[in-house]
Amino acid sequence: MRRRAKIRGIVVGSISIVLSVIIFIVPFAFIFLTASKTAAEAALFGFTLPTEWALVENLTEVLTIRNGLIVRAFINSTVITVLSVVLMVVFAAMVGYVLQRRRSRWNPVVNFLVLAGLIVPPAVVPTIWVLQTLGLFATIPGLIFIQATFGLSFCVLLFRAFVSTIPKELDEAATIDGAGPLRIFFGVVAPLLRPVIITVVVVQAVAVFNDFTGPLYFLPGDENATVQLTLYNFQSQTLNQWNLLFMDILLITIPPLVMYIFFNRQIVAGMTSGAVKG
Amino acid sequence: MAQAVATKPQPTRRSVKSMYPTWFYIPAGVLYVVLFAIPTFASFYFAFTRWSLQDVEFTGLQNFITFFSEPQLRTGFTNTFIYGFVTSGLKVVFGLALALLLTGQLMARGYLRSVVFFPVLVSAIGVGITFKVLMDPFDGLINSSLEAIGITGPAWLTDPQWALYSVALIDVWKGVGIATLIYIAGLAAIPQEYYEAAKVDGAGGWKNFWHITLPLVRPATATVVLLSLIGGLRSFDLIWATTRGGPGFTSDVIASVIYKQYQAGFYGLSTAGNVVLFIVVTAIVVPVSYFLNRREVER
Amino acid sequence: MSVHKRRLLGGTMAAAAAVALVACSGGGGGNGDENVEITLLVQTGGTGPAWGEALIEAFNEEHPEITVTLNSQPGGTEGDNLVKTKLATGEMEDVFTYNTGSLLQAINPDQNLVPLGDEEWASTLIEPFVPVVSTENGLYGAPNGTSQAGGILYNIPIYEELGLEVPTSWDEFMSNNDAIKEAGKTAIIQTYGDTWTSQLFVLGDFGNVTAQDEDWATEYTAGNRKYVEQPALQSFINQQEAYEGDYFNEDFASALFDDGLRMVSTGEGAHYPILSGGVSTIAQNYPDNIGDVGFFPLPAQDAEDTRATIWLPNAVYIPSTTEGEELEAAKLLVEFVNSPEGCRLQVELNVPAGPFATSLCELPSDVPQATQDLQTWVDDGLANPALEFVSPIKGPNLENITVQVGSGISTAEEGAALYDEDVIKQAQQLGLEGW
Repeated sequence: MRRRAKIRGIVVGSISIVLSVIIFIVPFAFIFLTASKTAAEAALFGFTLPTEWALVENLTEVLTIRNGLIVRAFINSTVITVLSVVLMVVFAAMVGYVLQRRRSRWNPVVNFLVLAGLIVPPAVVPTIWVLQTLGLFATIPGLIFIQATFGLSFCVLLFRAFVSTIPKELDEAATIDGAGPLRIFFGVVAPLLRPVIITVVVVQAVAVFNDFTGPLYFLPGDENATVQLTLYNFQSQTLNQWNLLFMDILLITIPPLVMYIFFNRQIVAGMTSGAVKG
Repeated sequence: MAQAVATKPQPTRRSVKSMYPTWFYIPAGVLYVVLFAIPTFASFYFAFTRWSLQDVEFTGLQNFITFFSEPQLRTGFTNTFIYGFVTSGLKVVFGLALALLLTGQLMARGYLRSVVFFPVLVSAIGVGITFKVLMDPFDGLINSSLEAIGITGPAWLTDPQWALYSVALIDVWKGVGIATLIYIAGLAAIPQEYYEAAKVDGAGGWKNFWHITLPLVRPATATVVLLSLIGGLRSFDLIWATTRGGPGFTSDVIASVIYKQYQAGFYGLSTAGNVVLFIVVTAIVVPVSYFLNRREVER
Repeated sequence: MSVHKRRLLGGTMAAAAAVALVACSGGGGGNGDENVEITLLVQTGGTGPAWGEALIEAFNEEHPEITVTLNSQPGGTEGDNLVKTKLATGEMEDVFTYNTGSLLQAINPDQNLVPLGDEEWASTLIEPFVPVVSTENGLYGAPNGTSQAGGILYNIPIYEELGLEVPTSWDEFMSNNDAIKEAGKTAIIQTYGDTWTSQLFVLGDFGNVTAQDEDWATEYTAGNRKYVEQPALQSFINQQEAYEGDYFNEDFASALFDDGLRMVSTGEGAHYPILSGGVSTIAQNYPDNIGDVGFFPLPAQDAEDTRATIWLPNAVYIPSTTEGEELEAAKLLVEFVNSPEGCRLQVELNVPAGPFATSLCELPSDVPQATQDLQTWVDDGLANPALEFVSPIKGPNLENITVQVGSGISTAEEGAALYDEDVIKQAQQLGLEGW
């Protein structure tokens, strides 16, 4: 019985591996191979090894295009991602914590607003209008606040669900020790939120870093370009230079991939508590 | 206070209030109100105007009349539904199948789990450009592979009949990893006793799936359906990166029509489109969510 | 990197010279050594950024005291919107390149731009150019680049091989197409991967419409002419006939502008309805074939009515948010665009596809065959401006509609009707009368 299951596991596993290679690995390999080819060879769109490896040349060329536009974009994207995720995590954790812990007449209102934030598509032009009034339109801080705002709801849901798994007695014990709410939250509760914080950080960092619509609408202009915008604009600029275009894709895919490989296990853990039971 | 300590940690109303202060809502609330609530409310006004960001002129229902008389919108409307339902349906089916496969006894499980999740990490623009090349009707890898085994593939993104479905397929490819992850978490939450009891009753395979797995994994299904519906109905970036709503208007969805109006400088009209999208999304997601959650409570 | 270094060096040396001069004259200048910083915005498509860099470098040789920073943004409808938003929010660079004609009208020049009618160069503009950079209240732009035409780039060797003549009527054109198709070659190249290229059957036919109805554009603006009626409907019908005749390259739905230029210059295809500005890309990518490409206008039904449809060059503008010494510096930069050195830069990167719009600049003698062909039509007086220069109305969705007609998704009549609907919104947004 057990042996049969094992054999089945091997057979099904082998089929799955073959399929996974075709469906999931080939496109990635294609990106890498095209990024390693010369312009002429890349334009053939073939799934072949490059006859002449130009990986390093393409890399230098992409990095130096337009005086290092892509490097600047990388810096911009990193700043935007880090700061907006920090805002999201801190603010959403505070909301999720109080929302779960304290029953009050505010709860239904807050719950409703959180769901609305998840469902309602943002009204783009009026948002531009508000940003403009605040002097934040087309600025990096402006986009940071926007990204933080649009990500809040999802984070609050995850935090609220996770806080429910932390025994209430812990905060109560801390109160008895004379700790104020800020100390309880940042000193006692926040460290226990670690698993869900990691999930939120990874999921939102990838989302913000990869976001295209936000910068497209709220951060026009080259000096503040993000990586996704440069990639998009690159399409029209690099006529027939598919090798450079794919090198750019390769470059901007690396940071999220690295993040995932580091935090793979924790994400699943956080999801289990948050998305499913929530 | 001292009494409370003496009896048991049974904090008074007062201490609950100070332990969990309402002002914890304020930082998030300020962002939410200023950058989300105000623009959303303002959109209900600007949707009734002709607006250039500098000048506003009230035009009544004109924008909605224009929006609905727009011939491309009829396509955009149906396409939004098709896209939303096709992508969430496929994500449920493939997500659950993959999750079942990946929680079972399997060779190279870790590798498979990672690989399914990789596409989630690539940006929509990156995926779009890559698939535009892979799906090229003549030189693309997909059609040249199909040709090698004697099948003439469709023109994918450039065939009016196929364009929308091609983008939907790419979307599923990109998003199925999330669905799988949620389902894996959901399956892990099912107590093993159910399966053991079923084993005693002599049930197995399909019976287990229909009577235990599917009902008990419902919370995960609800999450997957809702997240992909919300994403699918609002979807813009992948469509824009691959077809820009073309050829012609055949793969336009509401969100891409809105963006085109915005591009053309029709800010009032674009905002009216936003209001329409808002209504469509709410009108679909809220009942679906209600339905999925109610059924869960009944049982 | 090398560009950077050189620019820096040149700047420093010139600055040193300026300081020396000021020192000699006993400090009389005052403002001469004060550094002014301005920004220049160009479009990223094509040679824009390279031109911008070269322009700044040359400009700094003459005006080392002015530091110019180059910014760029995408062109097309996307760029149009960015320009509108930047102007509305006061974010616009001090000098920017942008379209002339109706797209200029759409950014509300009276409110957003600095009038330049009193500048010295303003009196040197050719007559058809003045209205496309002006409103009733003033002139706002200096030309940048040469004119071009919308029509057909054709492969001369195919014509010679098959013994064909340049057609002047639609029937002649169609019989040429049949002959080319019979010879096993692509008769008409279409490249809907870049959707804007699909509009040429309609936009490039407008010179012929004007030839048949002189007041068409004015009446169109007033809401009295429609695309669903002749003579304008013919433009859509032509595209439908071309599709139904099965003359297109098999990958027309996904091919790109660049593919189209390759096909027409290397003889993979015979006719490419496109802007003659394409020769500049051909000169860059297929220099050996530049002599093989000729130009003729899209033929009208009646040879009598066939005209070249002319696109006037883009222009450089200054937004009204630029003031004080930045404004003075910006005006110097605008003037420099059409200085002898500026003229040279305009045609250095972009092979000219038609005549200049100011008498300050002259075409070099070695222009491509297609440009010479176009020049003949202009010299004979058989040329009319394109619709976007004579009417502010251009619907945002034309390119999608012409893709539909050119792919057989909708008929000419349906396409024309859709387009008539499409322009209503724009006319209303502009607040035109009669809509």
